[in-house]
Amino acid sequence: MQRTASLVTKVFIQRDYSEGTVCRFQTKFPAELDNRVERALLEQTVKTLNSCYVEAEKVGGQSYLEGCLACATAYIVFLCMETRYEKVLKKISGYIQEQNEKIYAPRGLLLTDPIERGMRVVSFIQLLLHSLRTTNTSV
Amino acid sequence: MSAVMITRKVRKWEKLPGKNTFCCDGRVMMARQKGIFYLTLFLIIGTCSLFFAFECPYLAVHLSPAIPVFAVLLFLFVIAMLLRTSFSDPGVLPRALPEEANFIEMEIEAANGNVPSGQRPPPRIRNVQINNQIVKLKYCYTCKIFRPPRASHCSICDNCVDRFDHHCPWVGNCVGKRNYRYFYLFTLTLSLLTIYIFAFNIVHVVMRSVDQGFLNTLKETPGTYPLNMNTFLLVCFFTLWSMVGLTGFHTYLISLNQTTNEDIKGSWSGKNRGQNPYSHKNIIKNCCEVLCGPTYPSKMCYHDDLGVICFSLFLTSFSACFPQKTTAPLIPNEHTPDDVKPSIAAEKSSGPKDDQPPAAKLPPLASPETDAETSIAKNQ
Repeated sequence: MQRTASLVTKVFIQRDYSEGTVCRFQTKFPAELDNRVERALLEQTVKTLNSCYVEAEKVGGQSYLEGCLACATAYIVFLCMETRYEKVLKKISGYIQEQNEKIYAPRGLLLTDPIERGMRVVSFIQLLLHSLRTTNTSV
Repeated sequence: MSAVMITRKVRKWEKLPGKNTFCCDGRVMMARQKGIFYLTLFLIIGTCSLFFAFECPYLAVHLSPAIPVFAVLLFLFVIAMLLRTSFSDPGVLPRALPEEANFIEMEIEAANGNVPSGQRPPPRIRNVQINNQIVKLKYCYTCKIFRPPRASHCSICDNCVDRFDHHCPWVGNCVGKRNYRYFYLFTLTLSLLTIYIFAFNIVHVVMRSVDQGFLNTLKETPGTYPLNMNTFLLVCFFTLWSMVGLTGFHTYLISLNQTTNEDIKGSWSGKNRGQNPYSHKNIIKNCCEVLCGPTYPSKMCYHDDLGVICFSLFLTSFSACFPQKTTAPLIPNEHTPDDVKPSIAAEKSSGPKDDQPPAAKLPPLASPETDAETSIAKNQ
C-alpha cells in the first residue's frame, strides 16, 4: 500500500502598485521557483491575470450602464444579476484551474487564486511528494 | 482510486478576527456598536411616518397626489441606501495567514539587514511610485500586511479597509471602497428627502394659516398632531443643515478623488496640493470613477462552492499520478514544517476514521487557509 507525504513551501508574488490601486501583480520572477518552472510560462500567466483584472476594473461604458441601472433600481438588480467583476473572477478561476492542470501540476506546483488571499498575492504552493511502499499489515 | 469527500465549508468571514457581527450566512456585515444606527433608522422612519400620516392627506387633497407618491419613493430609496451601506462589507482586507506573514517578515529582515542589538529596527515602510509620486505603504502589525495604497486600519472594527474613508457610527459600519457610493447616495437622497419634507411642512403651515390663522395652526390640538409642529420643524431644520453640509463635503472629496481619511491627515493638501496621484485632474472623470466604477466583490463573503469541489477532485487524481519516490521521512522530525506534522502523523495512523472536519487528515493541499476543509479521503 502506498502512503504519500508531502513537504510544502509557499512562494508569494506581491501586488504591483506602480499604476495605482488597480489590481496588478508583479511580473518579477521569484528566485525560489528558478528550477521549477520556466520564466516565460510564469510571466505569461501573471500577464494574463493582470489583463483580466484590468478588464474587470475598467471604468467605461459597460460599468456606467451597470452602475446607472443598479442605482435606478436601488441596487436590487444585483440580487438577480451577476456583476461584470464577478463574471471576470469566474473566468479567472477557470483559467487558473486550466493553468494548474496543464503547466503547474506536472511541475509539482499549485497556483492559488488571488481572491482567496484578498487579492494581495498570487501564491504558488510547491509540493514535494514522496511515497513509500509498505506492507499492507498495519492498516 | 475512488475517493469520498465530505466537505464542510468554513467561510472566510467565520474566521475573521475583527470586531464585526455577521448575519444571514455572511451576507450582512456590521460593526459591533449598532445603537446609533438604530437611532438613525428610528429618526428617519419616525419623521417620515409623521409626515405621511399628518401632512400628506392634506397635501394630496389640496395640492397634488404626486407629492406623497414621490415622498414614498424617495423614502424607500433612502432606506435602501442606508441598509446597503450598513450591511455591506466596506472592503475589508483579510489578514495575512501565517505563511504569508512569515514570508513578509523574511523579506523585511532581508531588506533591513543586520540591525545591531540595542538599536530599534527601522520602521516598516515600503515606498512605491504611483504616477510619479512616492507613496509610503505602512505595515499593519495587527493584520500583518503592508497596507495597499489608500487602505487604513479601523480601530473600531479592528480591520484594514481598502480605500478607507471613515467609520460612520450613524450607519454602524466603516465606509470604504465597496460601500462609499451607497453612503454618498444615502447622504444625498436623505438631504433631498429632508429638504422635501421641510419644504412641504412650510407649505402645509402656510396653507393652513391662510385658512385658519397662523397662531391657530401652530397650536393645533393634540388629537391632530400628537407632537408639536415646532418640534417637527426643528428636527427637520437641523437634520437638513447637517445632511446638506455632509453631502457638500463628500461631493468636494469625490471631485478631487480623495477620501475623508486623506483629507483629515492632509495627505494631498497644503504643500502637497495638486499632487494626488489617484486624481485624474478632471472633476467628471473623478466622479465617474468613484460613483460609476465597477462593483468590487467582497474578499470576506466570497462564496465559491464550485471551486471547492473541483479543487478536491483534482487533489486525488494528482496524488495518484505523481511518480514514486522514497526519500522524505514519514516520521515528523525537527526539519518538518509545522503545518505538515499533523498530516504526516494522521497518515501514519490511517484506517477508517470518523468524520472530522480538520484538514490535517489530508496532505496539506487542503490546508486550513482554503475555504474548504475536507474531512476525509477514504482510499479503497
